[in-house]
Amino acid sequence: MTTETSAPVASDADTAAAALVAPGDSNDHGPTTGISNTKLAMWLFLGSECLLFGGLISTYLLYKTRRGPDNLAIPTDVFDIPFTSISSFVLLMSSLTMVLALAALTRGDNHGARVWLLATSMLGGVFIGGQVYEFTSFLREGVGFTNNPASSAFYALTGFHGVHVSLGIVMLMSLFVASWQGKLRQEHSETVEIVGLYWHFVDVVWIFIFTVIYLVPA
Amino acid sequence: MTITEPTTEGPKTEGPLELESGREALAERPLGVLTRPQGGRGWRDWLSTVDHKKIGIMYGVSAMVFFVVGGIEALLIRLQLAVPNGGVLSADVYNQVFTMHGVTMVFLFIMPLAAAFANYLIPLQIGARDVAFPRLNALSYWVWLSGAIFLNSSWIVGGGGADCGWFCYSPNSGVTFSPSHGVDFYAIGLLIAGIASLVSAINLIVTCLNMRAPGMDLFRMPVMTWMLLITQFLLLFALPVITVALFLLMFDRLFDASFFNPDAGADPLLWQHLFWIFGHPEVYIIILPAFGVVSEVIPTFSRKPIFGYTFMVFSGIAIGFMGWGVWAHHMFVSGIGPISVAAFSLSTMFIAVPTGVKVLNWLATMWGGQIRFTTAMLFAVGTVAMFTIGGLSGVTHALAPADTQQTDTYYIVAHFHYVIFGGGVLGLMGGLYYWWPKIFGYMLNERRGKINFWLMLIGFNLTFGPMHILGLQGMSRRIDTYSSGFGFEFWNMVATIGSFIIAVSVVVLFHNIWKSKREAADLPPPGPDPWDARSLEWMVPSPVPEHNFDEVPTVEGLDEWWHRKYSFDDDGRVVQIATAEEAAQDGSAKGVHLPAPSFWPLVLAVGLPLIGYGLIFNLWLCVPGGLLVGMGIFAWALEPVDDPDATHDHHDDDHGDDDDDHDDTASAPVAPGDDTASAPVAPGEQQGGE
Repeated sequence: MTTETSAPVASDADTAAAALVAPGDSNDHGPTTGISNTKLAMWLFLGSECLLFGGLISTYLLYKTRRGPDNLAIPTDVFDIPFTSISSFVLLMSSLTMVLALAALTRGDNHGARVWLLATSMLGGVFIGGQVYEFTSFLREGVGFTNNPASSAFYALTGFHGVHVSLGIVMLMSLFVASWQGKLRQEHSETVEIVGLYWHFVDVVWIFIFTVIYLVPA
Repeated sequence: MTITEPTTEGPKTEGPLELESGREALAERPLGVLTRPQGGRGWRDWLSTVDHKKIGIMYGVSAMVFFVVGGIEALLIRLQLAVPNGGVLSADVYNQVFTMHGVTMVFLFIMPLAAAFANYLIPLQIGARDVAFPRLNALSYWVWLSGAIFLNSSWIVGGGGADCGWFCYSPNSGVTFSPSHGVDFYAIGLLIAGIASLVSAINLIVTCLNMRAPGMDLFRMPVMTWMLLITQFLLLFALPVITVALFLLMFDRLFDASFFNPDAGADPLLWQHLFWIFGHPEVYIIILPAFGVVSEVIPTFSRKPIFGYTFMVFSGIAIGFMGWGVWAHHMFVSGIGPISVAAFSLSTMFIAVPTGVKVLNWLATMWGGQIRFTTAMLFAVGTVAMFTIGGLSGVTHALAPADTQQTDTYYIVAHFHYVIFGGGVLGLMGGLYYWWPKIFGYMLNERRGKINFWLMLIGFNLTFGPMHILGLQGMSRRIDTYSSGFGFEFWNMVATIGSFIIAVSVVVLFHNIWKSKREAADLPPPGPDPWDARSLEWMVPSPVPEHNFDEVPTVEGLDEWWHRKYSFDDDGRVVQIATAEEAAQDGSAKGVHLPAPSFWPLVLAVGLPLIGYGLIFNLWLCVPGGLLVGMGIFAWALEPVDDPDATHDHHDDDHGDDDDDHDDTASAPVAPGDDTASAPVAPGEQQGGE
């Protein structure tokens, strides 16, 4: 950690603080459940997200073969399954690097944490790049958002997922910058863990989406 | 951040708190501009407050404003229908008015009024100093308000209100049949309000689960807290579904997608399913808080503990689960098929069981009690009676063959008003009378309160009782007028008269609030516990001091506060062991660390409607809106703790939704170690949250 800077407030207390009560737990006597407020909130949020993607996946399942009155192309006509499989693999691998980032920070390896955070967000970026490429090539091949219910549902579902991945990348990059400034240390590993929860969730959702859209035959 | 095991030493509650108060804030400015506001006095304080009590009051005041708005819309409807061939409103405006009446009353009145109670009461009833994430709490309120204003601004800038009914069925919601921007405002306004409710739900669930005072087991929480907790879980899982539906509707209307338009090959039933998967839990989101109020008021004024506490709680939980399996009973005539109809018919009948358990338990609580018919008690009993009527007509809907005759008639209108007004609104009104002295420090006059109650009850029954008859006579819901000769005239006139009686009762309520405030100067203050009540909020002064509890109480059982006042003698008779004044805290603690106020929730909330207007009118407007939101999030994250002793700040409130998460890191450095700095302070005195 050569870039370590002192925290703006109460830096003299930092070292002693780690030995004391967990600073993040906001109740007088710790969280009643033993799970910190922030982590519990993330779990609840992810529970809510399940229903969001549930609704979108259901919509796609309902509409996946509906070509509309003009009988226009639907996404399944133009799928490039090998390409999407590769980008899906990239996204799944980012879960591995996410775990490595957390593991590194937990054992106090700030440099390693930084490397793996960057790797995770870059893998996420590759996935998003793949999605952008896929969308544009679909558009070129005549599958537009407004074609028919099938294409609308496809873009809505994958688009929502893409937005989630992108927000995840913003979080990871924020973590990376914080780490680079020396503000993300071992005692903050729960923050990384929580962002990791979100990231793994987004990956798991993609497994469902990929299966439903690309693998289950129409 | 790192989870170490929770400190088990418990709160150090001996003696008054001894933190310094009024010391200079020591905020540093990591970005040069970001210090936290110091609160201060007057309106600025309200703009930046993160105090759950003030936020609760703001929710309540705003809800009452929209109650008036929705009430005026209701009166317009009743004026139009008072006589045959009414000419008060055109058919088009009538559509907008009844739509906005429903949307306003559901999303902008009852839900925020329930949120007001939830915000104010949950921390007090579980013995906490604030909610888990105070800034997110402020965010919920401001975002909800911005969504509410956005939704109503369609009257001015959107070419009129939404005109598709509150459940906005396709294809009526499409551009073809609703060419004004009203439905766009409906979709985006409810999306914004939905963000608020989701954040609030997460916040309050974490509060209930994590912030309880020592000894406050889940099964020692008051029934009110339980019902509110279940409500938050329903919100947590119902809102994403309506979010999907509203997004798809917005895509359909603004970006020409094909989700609901049958002409484009889409299935209009999809909207119905998505809407009602949200919409039926929504019914319980509305009614459960009122059940909670009733479950507090009836034991207090019967001088008995609630009958069958665990049964009450589990009935609430059962309603929460079963509420997910009945949504298609709103769609019996939509052609979903005999098997679905049979299944949903059965499940709908089953859900009457836990509701019936509750009704019987309330009656059993009153049975043999020393009943005092205060205004709050009258409202509570009225709630039970009216809700039972609504529940019974609901069972008639569960019978699918009967429902096919009743659906889309005034019988349905009668039913859901008995449930939502007779159950939800009367219950929450009782809550207002009950908790008013606690919140504002003066009592509402009982005599005027009883006038308010009787007017409202009579007006309510005159308005909605006749609608059963009208519906069975075949009067369609949502028709803008009717011809004479169908036999609709008399009962419609009665309903209109009834609606104005309700309006008078609301005027009496406002008059009572105003007059009682003026009279309060000459009356003795109500003291901490004017009703001889049972739960923890009554052990702190009225109005509640900013820090809630001087010392966080240690809870030893259900109805903790009651048992601090009363015990049993050798013969098993109740004897008073302390007066309320003796047992209550005096609110004198000084220097308790409170979460610092923040303007960023407000900034974020201003950004969202800008994005909404941008989506509808000009996409460029989304840029400043998005910048405001993004800036708000990062500034929020980097915002320093104002006081290095006030620890616990850095990351607690950052996870309300996904775009918040990166904040953690950024805000982490702000106060990483302040526990040490505050070492002289007993952990028991640390401000919760924020």
